[in-house]
Amino acid sequence: MTNALRIQDLTVEYKTRRGVARAVDRIRLSLEENRTLGLAGESGCGKSTLGRAIMRLVPYPGQIADGNIYINIDEDIPCKEGDIPKGEVDITELNEEQMRVLRGKEIAYIFQDPMTSLNPMLTIGSHFVQMIRAHDPEIEKEEALDRGKEVLEGLGILPERVTDYPHQFSGGMRQRVMIGLGLVLRPRLLISDEPTTSLDVIVEAQILEQMAELKKKFNLTMILITHNLGVLAQTADDIAIMYCGRLVELASVENVFEAPQHPYAQALLLSVPDVTKPDKKLVWIPGAPPDLVDPIPGCMFNPRCPMAMDICKTQVPPLIESETGGLVACHLYGGK
Amino acid sequence: MTLRSYVTSRVLLMIPMVMLLLTLVFVILRIIPGDPALLHFEKGVDPVVLAEFRTRLGLDKPILEQYFDYLWGIFHGDFGISMQDYQPISTHLFGRFPATLELSIYSILFAVLLGLALGVKASKNYDTTTDHSIRLFSIVTYAIPVFFLGMVLQFIFSIWLGWLPTGRRFPGRYTPPPTITGLYTIDSILAGDLFSLVTSVTYLILPTITLGTILCGIFIRFTRTNMLETLRMDFVIAAQARGLSNGTVTYRYALRNAFLPILTMIGIQFAALLAGAILTETTFSWPGLGTYLVARISRRDYTAIQGTVVFFGVLVSMLTLFVDILYAYLDPRIRL
Repeated sequence: MTNALRIQDLTVEYKTRRGVARAVDRIRLSLEENRTLGLAGESGCGKSTLGRAIMRLVPYPGQIADGNIYINIDEDIPCKEGDIPKGEVDITELNEEQMRVLRGKEIAYIFQDPMTSLNPMLTIGSHFVQMIRAHDPEIEKEEALDRGKEVLEGLGILPERVTDYPHQFSGGMRQRVMIGLGLVLRPRLLISDEPTTSLDVIVEAQILEQMAELKKKFNLTMILITHNLGVLAQTADDIAIMYCGRLVELASVENVFEAPQHPYAQALLLSVPDVTKPDKKLVWIPGAPPDLVDPIPGCMFNPRCPMAMDICKTQVPPLIESETGGLVACHLYGGK
Repeated sequence: MTLRSYVTSRVLLMIPMVMLLLTLVFVILRIIPGDPALLHFEKGVDPVVLAEFRTRLGLDKPILEQYFDYLWGIFHGDFGISMQDYQPISTHLFGRFPATLELSIYSILFAVLLGLALGVKASKNYDTTTDHSIRLFSIVTYAIPVFFLGMVLQFIFSIWLGWLPTGRRFPGRYTPPPTITGLYTIDSILAGDLFSLVTSVTYLILPTITLGTILCGIFIRFTRTNMLETLRMDFVIAAQARGLSNGTVTYRYALRNAFLPILTMIGIQFAALLAGAILTETTFSWPGLGTYLVARISRRDYTAIQGTVVFFGVLVSMLTLFVDILYAYLDPRIRL
């Protein structure tokens, strides 16, 4: 199997007034084709920043400080400012125009809030036309619109609604439009950043089901960013857990849910409410994550970790292979 | 609500607004201390002359009758007669209005274009030297007094370099183009008179730049702030993530949405400009309404002042109405 995505020592920093905050800290991971990676962690752990970094759209004042991001391209892509050859491409090396060509065509991104992700001044159809023509100006308007209609129909939206404006659509419909826009050019990699967080549970289930179908249909490789572990249990093949910008655990879904290795992953799973056990007391993780501008030495989780040792306060644990076949960054497993 | 019912309701709302304005102007001019008739003459004036003067201007009638005469007159385009030369004020107003309108149109065009261009540039280069320089420029422009900038420009371009005239609208030794719209540039184009066109443009340049520069600061700041806000919005980032070009994202997504509040500002500023051209008109001896008003105030011509103020008031409310309708036309959400 080839890797659709390979990230090497990626570091993303936000230069704030108070100092430099390292939102993504030397992340290294690879993603095989046609698999879904769930990226989990609490708010502010850097999961969205990691997703945005893969698009090279880190919000100001953030920037990729170090590392490489390789994606696999199966055919040469023409570009005004230097064609992109097929094979593994380091997107941190590309110029802006080359990057623009890849966005939407090779990598698609679906945002958290469908209510604000569409241009309120444009019809739904115009969104499709502009996107398709941005990548191939030779396609006529009518043809582009027809392709948009086709995609929308596949997602259960009446094609004649292309002349409507975003405010005439419900949240779930808008998210379907976003998915349609994401998939209309048949990208290989789809990053969805909390695609269902702002929707109600029934619509959430519909959207997730639809995404799973589309993933199969289009052979998509997917990264699903969420803080909702329940969503990942249904959709992901592997789960990466982040804490304070670092990868602490990466394993298959089964292993993460049945035998989480890292104490943070264990604590995270314990804090998920279980409807089948109403008597179970909800557990939470005491304390709060450290300040990223003024990080603590050693493992970032050590002040909140029930199993912290002396070494945890001085040395950053390396990411090593765990007993279950995944990866874990914890000194508990260093001795083997 | 359809666009038509929105427009109808806005037009109907304008009626009480204008009525209130007319009444206010009437009342204020009646309650300020001093009898206009007495002020008009030297001390110890013959009571017969005074009574005749009052009859002529209708000042001897009961106040309510004066009020209804005044309203009746305005609805027929009659703004009363001047205390100075007993000429109908409307003749002066309509004769001088095109001069003010022409100067205002070119100044606002200059200010808006420069303001949008620099504002967009500043927002795209947020927190860089370019951004800081543009912001400094915008602050300087609205700190400079109009007449000072006007005189500096006159000194450089008229006196020192001798390229442009110091003032007035057209050289006295030639006849202006035949009046159709009253705007010399338009009239010369309509008459196919190249000489008049070039001449009127050379006379317009300095006052336009003066007034336009003073005004552009507010547009720069307003554009910049609105663009910064819009550029951070989800739908702008989502558009980038779909691979839309920088230009499309900046202009069709960000600026188009940032433009609506700017449009309101243009409306307000244009209205203020019509009235506020007074200083510029005086500096450049521009034969518009501003110089007319200044001349009448210095001669205490109460009826002329009342007429001019009412004229401006009605003009401003019509302009506001126009902007509101344009706003509804441009923003699909208002047309609901």
